[in-house]
Amino acid sequence: MRKLALSDEILMQVEKPARYIGNEVNSVMKKKNEVQVRFAMCFPDVYEIGMSHLGIQIIYDMLNQFEDVWCERVYSPWVDLDAIMRKEHIPLFALESQDPIKEFDFLGITIQYEMCYTNILQVLDLSGIPLLSKDRSEEDPIVIGGGPCTYNPEPFCDFFDLFYIGEGETQYRNLLDLYKECKRKKESRREFLKKAARIPGIYIPSLYDVTYKEDGTIDERIPLEEGIPMTITKELVTDVSDTYYPKKPVVPFIKVTQDRVVLEIQRGCIRGCRFCQAGQLYRPVRERSLEMLETYAVEMLENTGHEEISLSSLSSSDYSKLPELLDFLIEKCDERKINISLPSLRIDAFSLDVMNKVQDVKKSSLTFAPEAGSQRLRNVINKGLTEEVILEGSRLAFEGGWTRVKLYFMLGLPTETPEDIRGIAELSNKIAAVFYETVPKEKRNGRVQIVASTSFFIPKPFTPFQWAPQCTKEEFLDKAYQTRTAITSQLNQKSIKYNWHEADVSVLEGILARGDRKLNQAILRAYEKGCMYDAWSEYYKNDIWMETFEECGIDISFYTTRTRGDDEIFPWDFLDCGVTKQFLLREWHRAQGESATPNCKMQCQGCGAARFQTGICMEKKGE
Amino acid sequence: MAENTIKVRIKFAKYGAVKFIGHLDVMRYFQKAIRRAGIDIAYSGGFSPHQIMSFASPLSVGHTSEGEYFDIEMNSFPSEEEIKNRLQTAMVEGIDILAVRKLPDEEGNAMASVAAASYLVGFREGCQLPEDWEERLKDFYAQDVISVVKKTKKGEKELNLKESIYELAIREIPDNSLMDGMGRRNGVYMLLNASSGGNIKPSFVLDTFFDSLGVTLPEFGLLVHRIDTYKNIGSEQERKLVPLIWEK
Repeated sequence: MRKLALSDEILMQVEKPARYIGNEVNSVMKKKNEVQVRFAMCFPDVYEIGMSHLGIQIIYDMLNQFEDVWCERVYSPWVDLDAIMRKEHIPLFALESQDPIKEFDFLGITIQYEMCYTNILQVLDLSGIPLLSKDRSEEDPIVIGGGPCTYNPEPFCDFFDLFYIGEGETQYRNLLDLYKECKRKKESRREFLKKAARIPGIYIPSLYDVTYKEDGTIDERIPLEEGIPMTITKELVTDVSDTYYPKKPVVPFIKVTQDRVVLEIQRGCIRGCRFCQAGQLYRPVRERSLEMLETYAVEMLENTGHEEISLSSLSSSDYSKLPELLDFLIEKCDERKINISLPSLRIDAFSLDVMNKVQDVKKSSLTFAPEAGSQRLRNVINKGLTEEVILEGSRLAFEGGWTRVKLYFMLGLPTETPEDIRGIAELSNKIAAVFYETVPKEKRNGRVQIVASTSFFIPKPFTPFQWAPQCTKEEFLDKAYQTRTAITSQLNQKSIKYNWHEADVSVLEGILARGDRKLNQAILRAYEKGCMYDAWSEYYKNDIWMETFEECGIDISFYTTRTRGDDEIFPWDFLDCGVTKQFLLREWHRAQGESATPNCKMQCQGCGAARFQTGICMEKKGE
Repeated sequence: MAENTIKVRIKFAKYGAVKFIGHLDVMRYFQKAIRRAGIDIAYSGGFSPHQIMSFASPLSVGHTSEGEYFDIEMNSFPSEEEIKNRLQTAMVEGIDILAVRKLPDEEGNAMASVAAASYLVGFREGCQLPEDWEERLKDFYAQDVISVVKKTKKGEKELNLKESIYELAIREIPDNSLMDGMGRRNGVYMLLNASSGGNIKPSFVLDTFFDSLGVTLPEFGLLVHRIDTYKNIGSEQERKLVPLIWEK
């Protein structure tokens, strides 16, 4: 039987010891002397969050299909175990073998949100791997970064040996073969990294230098080796129906955030909302075939025993075979007593009909994401959802028995005015009014419940808003206050509940999102001063972060509130996500002119993604 | 209860790393395992149907066992052997299906049936036991009345612990036991009341004993293993305890 890395005494002391024991259904065990490459795949947050991430499941399954590789998992130990491991000098270990991470060939870390950057350092530190790439020896694992945040890897590039830019399914085999070859020839770590820099999608930060202008913006990027690319293009799966996807995903013992079969129906999005990073990064939109999804749905349910299946994509309503897929799933799931969960559906007659079949109307709520309160501002952000559509969808829903509506908005969007903010309250009020008009008094069971939530807008790299200034914390809070005041002055205010997001953490997220190499030292320093689990409000230490920026001589307004000039070189400009900077700039200008842009299905905008020769870019346009 | 269903009782063992999986998660684990194994379990009605399943007696986190039980209701019944084999192929390391038994219709459900449970308790490294602890334990058990205060949901209650200890003896832990690294050392065997109203934890008995000696064990000093869970086929006055699955 496997021997656990932690003693019974420790496991009995910590919260949810099942986070650390591995052995879950479908977790992969191999013999370590029968493989040539040991890969530790990490999500730098607690187990329940990390285990809910589809990307890791895909890569884990793919790497373990390679006979010469054993991929294992590792997550951030929760704060209770973290303290014990530091005190007792217990090295961080992988869940499957329970072996120390330091013994592995690779440590791959997926970086899904800015607020986990300090947890990357926690994982390295507990593993006993030097925090800075330059301090690592031949014995240390090669530390790889991947995931959406690596589309601006510069703020944390000192901690990584290598970044994999784009979708993981394509280049790992080449990278691992190169590693094996270098190992056979007894070549150094540096030699391997230099060669890896020539593999498509691979970025080796230590092989480039960056110089800055007097105003702090980037002057130049200088490659330090001959023959390495100036621009690194993202990797992308061209045939998403014939690729790696886990038929036997790992089934956790404890309840995790995503405790169900996840069926990714497509990648990318046709919509082009101007604030949305995912909408640009994953272009062009590529649909998986109905046959593939049907086969996988059945096999994944059989192999996991999960009681629920969920469709995953950026905008499921845009999947062309959605009615056929749902018919199939409803039939299969009904006979097996399996629930279907349907996130991100546009509310219309079709989706309400489907939801009526798969959910308990009384218990579920409807979700709209208008993102902005007025049509003017929705044009600025290119969110093609009109008030008419929202009110009509609400009316249909109220007729169908729904009584709860969730609305998502952003505050602090470019060009936002007090009228736009009032629009949030007015739209919420109108939806409530629709309820009272639609549902006669005798059929009402109390009030309609409308929950309006606002988050603060944070400009992200590779979006048309990458040039936009972000609000200050004071401006954010003032906007939330204006929203609240406007809501309380509505006729139906008693039916409307308002929630808003923390402002402190939005400022930090903004700094890190559009940061440059100068932030490495601040992240390191903040970690050393005790910052960790920044995504968890109870552990977020804003004072320490702000104090650290000051100590490091970093002016946070340079990263947040500053308006970027059209010709500024951004820290992430050396990456090519498929969408050109010219296209993004054109979109930025159109936004300022309050003009919307048609989606990919209607008309090609020449964003640049057509060069991948796949997905929507290969289809005829116009409806 | 669904109509025309067949009641089936399943016995399993739990040991190794999975001893850290809590009771609710073990239930979730079996719900998924039953789906993976394609067991024709009956579901409740309503908008969100659930499997008809009932566990005998929750096992504390960290304890091992070779006497765990749960009941299910099935729509069709292939054979005890087939159910056992199918379920076993859906298990992880550390959970083994030991027996499957079709129950007579009149059999009470597993949870309500539980009357007692037997345990073997070992002492981990770091437990500083007095030299004569075995003798003293025998003396402790020889008392007619062991007066204790037990914390319940409603407050504190004084009771005679002796009435809830049906057997107690020093016993050598076998070499091949599921209790890691405890082989050949002496432990304590206990048969205790495990009914829903009167359940006594083995650690409570030993804590009471060591308290009486003025000895404090380390917080996680005891290694507890459940041997079996029993029902009473005798009477209130004259107990006759048999395992929840037993041969007449």
